[in-house]
Amino acid sequence: MAASAAVRSSMGLTLRLSRVIPDCSTCPLFRLKCNAKNAANLQRKGSFDSFRTINRHLQTSIGLYHSEEGSSNAEDPEDVVNVVYIDRSGQRIPVKAKVGDNVLYLAHKHGIDLEGACEASLACSTCHVYVSAAHFDKLPEPEEREDDMLDMAPMLQENSRLGCQIILTPELDGIELTLPKVTRNFYVDGHVPKPH
Amino acid sequence: MGAHKLLFSELKLWTSGRGGWIARLHKGIGACGKASLSSCSPKVCIVGSGPAGFYTAQHLIKARQDVEVDIYERLPVPFGLVRFGVAPDHPEVKNVINTFTQTAKHSRCSFYGNVNVGKNVSITELQQAYHAVVLSYGAEGNRSMGVPGEDLAGVYSAKDFVGWYNGLPSCRELSPDLSCETAVILGQGNVALDVARILLSPIDILKKTDITQPALEALAESQVRRVLIVGRRGPIQIACTIKELREMVNLPDTRPDMVAADFDAVKEALKDLPRPRKRLTELMLKTALEVPGEKEQERRSKASRTWGFRFFRSPVEVLAEPSHSRIAGIRLAINKLEGSGEGAHAVLTGEVEDVSCGLVVSSIGYKSLPIDPSVPFDSRKAIIPNTMGRVKQAAGLYCSGWLKTGPTGVIATTMNNSFDTARSLVEDMDSGTLDVSAAKPGSQSISALLEKRGVKPVTFSDWEKIDNVEMKKGESSGKPREKLLTVEEMLHVAWT
Repeated sequence: MAASAAVRSSMGLTLRLSRVIPDCSTCPLFRLKCNAKNAANLQRKGSFDSFRTINRHLQTSIGLYHSEEGSSNAEDPEDVVNVVYIDRSGQRIPVKAKVGDNVLYLAHKHGIDLEGACEASLACSTCHVYVSAAHFDKLPEPEEREDDMLDMAPMLQENSRLGCQIILTPELDGIELTLPKVTRNFYVDGHVPKPH
Repeated sequence: MGAHKLLFSELKLWTSGRGGWIARLHKGIGACGKASLSSCSPKVCIVGSGPAGFYTAQHLIKARQDVEVDIYERLPVPFGLVRFGVAPDHPEVKNVINTFTQTAKHSRCSFYGNVNVGKNVSITELQQAYHAVVLSYGAEGNRSMGVPGEDLAGVYSAKDFVGWYNGLPSCRELSPDLSCETAVILGQGNVALDVARILLSPIDILKKTDITQPALEALAESQVRRVLIVGRRGPIQIACTIKELREMVNLPDTRPDMVAADFDAVKEALKDLPRPRKRLTELMLKTALEVPGEKEQERRSKASRTWGFRFFRSPVEVLAEPSHSRIAGIRLAINKLEGSGEGAHAVLTGEVEDVSCGLVVSSIGYKSLPIDPSVPFDSRKAIIPNTMGRVKQAAGLYCSGWLKTGPTGVIATTMNNSFDTARSLVEDMDSGTLDVSAAKPGSQSISALLEKRGVKPVTFSDWEKIDNVEMKKGESSGKPREKLLTVEEMLHVAWT
């Protein structure tokens, strides 16, 4: 618990220093929000989280229960899943997550640049990630709807999945998720008309 | 612990211990010598509040802590094609509005609706007020077929048809004539499939969506029972994606009606196709050629409506009835394909065929229009000439979205496109290529200008009033919202 908190706060500090995310902890409302949220969780399990946090709690069905409980209460070491995100600049961001966490919301919780435009409803491909080879086969097969959306993602690879469909299990410990680099020239040179 | 007690204790901690926030404020005031912290910040103006505008704003605000972004929108309501283009039966695609709402409500972002850039205020005036102007106003025109009879009653552009059922104020009076049995759609992209699906969907499905009430009523009376979706080239060149095709295949009370011969060369070509194209082609082949199982056969025999693709056909003339009061059909040229894959092109064979129909929808592409003579515009490609979002030969001017790359791409494509432009803009600010050292007045001067010209902007909270009214109106009929259909109604709600 302490270790995961330390990792999170140092990663958060890095992001704050590089001014990617705002420094919420200097605001008095931050701790008020955290305390109120924890109190509310006990009463409102599984219901929509109406607090608007900087890290964007998204209203959807998959993984909502888990995202509310969050990795902040990872007491049991057997519940911990180590995840590494590799962002678009190649930076490795290790995260200590919990069994049941959703890869998209986990990324948001840690300020990682993974969009989720349709809020996990399999209506877009903005949460497209590459999964490390060792863990790719441990994921359950994508449902047809996920494959349909993946087909629209630029730079599709064999190990592509939609982040919003990946729920962490103990076997996925050590999983590495790489955010696709969409190159600068992708839409200018060699632009291929895409459907709309 | 009561919330207010918590707040008090937090405030005490905050004011006694924390210096950071206050120190930066004092530093800011000292540096500028002015009372307002924000007068030295780079100010960016974005024209257009669809996905391109909002994603550009989102990235700018995140990338630099000092940037202030103002988004101008011609209509009183934001969100562009997310509101007016995405089909009513695709509500999940519209979830992105939540992300855009967060951006709009950010302290460094402001929304100004009901402002017509090009008419109420010029690009030059915006450039004087802001350090940078980003054009993201999309594509409001459409490509014309360029054939005789195109202007007859009964021929509509898909852009207008979609605008009609989605409540775009300028398309309110379209009143398409749905009293015929057959409709022909030219074009086979996702927009064409959306139109086909809306024309053939059971009313019970549509009435639970945010489709407009007049469109719902018209579709309830519609006599259209057969929709043909026509393309110049073959199955392998089709522009739609698998999700939309699957929706047609699974549409209740409909059955597919394809021409088997159209698929002759397709099976052999399958193995060499990249995955997305392969899966799409496999589904088409299955739908067109496979003998259905008993259950599916029964479902098809009971279906009251049909839909099908017609390949290798280009429009040459829309045929009118003798009285010229309505259309009788469309004359199509028969093509053959030269080359293969994405690059294959259609070549006329000289043969034609006539298809009877009472409704023609042309879905061959949207088109951007120039906004202001001072902005470079490539009329051949119908885009603003640019390099990575920087408008050519126009310092301080940028573009994102369809205006930048042409009118194709889903929200995810536009997102990447807009982030790219934002990156270019931030690079230019960081490197000094774009000079942001001198303060600019931003919205202060533009607001004054607009007021002088009798133009009153709609703020984001004004939009939220419209939003609430629409959602409340929808409640009684079990719809997510009942859209307001005129600018007047929107403004009335916004300002009451």
